[in-house]
Amino acid sequence: MSTNIAAQMNSVLAALVLLTAFGLLVQRRVYGLLHLFAWQGLFLSISTAVVGFVSSQHHLYISSVLTLALKVIVLPYILHTLIIRLKIHKEVETVVNVPATMLIGIALVIFSYHLTAPIRDLSTLVTKSTIAVALATVMLGLLMMITRRHAVTQIIGFLAMENGLFFAATSATYGMPLVVELGVALDILIAAFIFGIFFFHIRETFDSLDVEQMAMLKEED
Amino acid sequence: MTLLILLGTSFLAAIILAFVGDRRYAAEINILGSTATFIAGVALAVHVYLDGPMIAGGKFFFVDAFSVYLTVLTAFVSMTTAIFSRRYMRREREHGRVGHWGMRFYHAMFQLFIFAMLLALLTNNVGVLWIAMELATLSTVLLVSLYRTPTAIEAAWKYFILCGVGIAQALFGTVLLYFAAEKVLGEGGEALLWTNLSQVSTQLEPTVLRLAFVFLMVGYGTKVGLVPLHNWLPDAHSEGPTPISAVLSGLLLNIALYALVRCKVLVDGSTGTNQAGNLMMGFGLLSILVAAFSLLRQKDIKRMFAYSSIEHMGIATFAFGLGGPIATFGALLHMLVHSLTKSSIFFTVGHASQMHETQEMEKIKGLIRGNPLVGWGLMLGVMAIVGMPPFGVFTSEFLILTATMKDAALLAPLLLLGLGVAFAALFRRVQPMVAGAIPLYQKPLKAAHIPVILHMVLVLIIGLYMPNFLSRWFHTAVELLK
Repeated sequence: MSTNIAAQMNSVLAALVLLTAFGLLVQRRVYGLLHLFAWQGLFLSISTAVVGFVSSQHHLYISSVLTLALKVIVLPYILHTLIIRLKIHKEVETVVNVPATMLIGIALVIFSYHLTAPIRDLSTLVTKSTIAVALATVMLGLLMMITRRHAVTQIIGFLAMENGLFFAATSATYGMPLVVELGVALDILIAAFIFGIFFFHIRETFDSLDVEQMAMLKEED
Repeated sequence: MTLLILLGTSFLAAIILAFVGDRRYAAEINILGSTATFIAGVALAVHVYLDGPMIAGGKFFFVDAFSVYLTVLTAFVSMTTAIFSRRYMRREREHGRVGHWGMRFYHAMFQLFIFAMLLALLTNNVGVLWIAMELATLSTVLLVSLYRTPTAIEAAWKYFILCGVGIAQALFGTVLLYFAAEKVLGEGGEALLWTNLSQVSTQLEPTVLRLAFVFLMVGYGTKVGLVPLHNWLPDAHSEGPTPISAVLSGLLLNIALYALVRCKVLVDGSTGTNQAGNLMMGFGLLSILVAAFSLLRQKDIKRMFAYSSIEHMGIATFAFGLGGPIATFGALLHMLVHSLTKSSIFFTVGHASQMHETQEMEKIKGLIRGNPLVGWGLMLGVMAIVGMPPFGVFTSEFLILTATMKDAALLAPLLLLGLGVAFAALFRRVQPMVAGAIPLYQKPLKAAHIPVILHMVLVLIIGLYMPNFLSRWFHTAVELLK
């Protein structure tokens, strides 16, 4: 596989990651969100493997397998189990103002390209064109957490942000040192258990997972 | 070796306490573990004091004057908090606010939290520093929601989401830092080691580091509680159990500031200007002013002191941003005395709200007559925190103010305004609470007196006479942060 083809493949995969990020932004069904998130993880994992192959950075294979295990299998499985246990698999969230959200999303992508321009100029890696996409994925995850009101959706937004960060590490530097990547993976796993517990607590206390009702703590006058 | 004992004790204690659960001696094991950690911390400090900075564990650990003083402080405050929480949590358990599983969880997570903070201080790897910060957040999230009331769950969720988002930005900043470092140091784990980075900081690409610092500032700044990223802080402090408020306020904010300052040193070396410092000064000053005016309108006692923490972290951030030997010295001292004073205030506040079974300030009255230790503890604590002499906070704020007048005279009035408003706001509130007759609904309480007295005596000693070893420590740290 020549470098050129690999770079093109990587760009296609980056485009797919971005596409899933936009999909997450407006998907209303809980299951749909879960599937999109798993697909995003898969594209990320393949992209990491491609980069690892073409740059002969073999530790990227480990990252790739780690991503596959964590973000395509374990996390979606945990979320799936939680959704079944909480009996919310049929829930449909009302998403307000889809066109406006999409436009803000596009603006964020352009902003990301602008922001990462100096890095792109300095980088000599095959993957330098995808750094902007990585930052855009982080920003879109952030936007999703701001605009959506369901606890599960916010968590998926959080995990999508983490995907973007991982993608940034692969495309800017061929991956962080292994000890850091393993540590980050461990943190995400711990976070998964915590939000799992949280979902039940929120449900028990508020009778639904809509975080809109959590607005008691305000500055009183 | 000391390093392993230091880190291992809290980790081991966390595992043991997870199994011990709600048994009677769990609180004693908690105290024992924290005391052992403190002794190991002191041993490490003596070692570093005598032999200078130390690199250990295949360059994985790095301890210098800056991190070791925070290590001792962290170990000390966690020890006194463990002592305080024995009586405090027992009462909460008797009143049914915490259940069987809650207690098990509380003790195990408390130790895990200490482990995470110590790891953040001792590691040499900027990536591991991030991981430890995230672990510190995660281990306290469920402690904030320990009481399972609707407001507690809301506060914890906010804490989880906001700090999760914030710290994600810091990871992006770390990736950018690694990107710049890789060009100079080559690939692999070596490029994220702080000892290597600080040596080559002048060769790092300034444009990338400037961008990285913006992300790091937002990320770690969220955890420091800087305005406008502070939203989680008053909620988390007011809804969690008081020992957790004490360690969040006294320790976690310090560690986040530590991470930020470490990154600032690298960026300064690279850009050769004070851009990073200016950013910190801006955030710091904004925090001081917003927090001071927010103090005026608080009704909940723990919420009020949470805003006071934002104000004081603002002061320290401002001073680090200002740079120069006097301001940096003042900032280091301020981190120390604020941590000691604020955790002591939270101890007394915890007892006061247990006596009145409310956190509303209007219902808390007659503390000095009801329980002299709690009343006087709160009174003296507030006098110390608003910066009255002879307490240590006065010394540090005086140093910072002097440096501001010298280097940024135009900002000095704003700083003074913030300090003045905070002074008035806190003083106005504390007097009705400590003075007056005992209200009918006040309940007697056996207070944990050792932690409060210990903290206040230390703050007083530092204010009256700075021990030689401490000032030498700070001078070495100032040299490091130049």
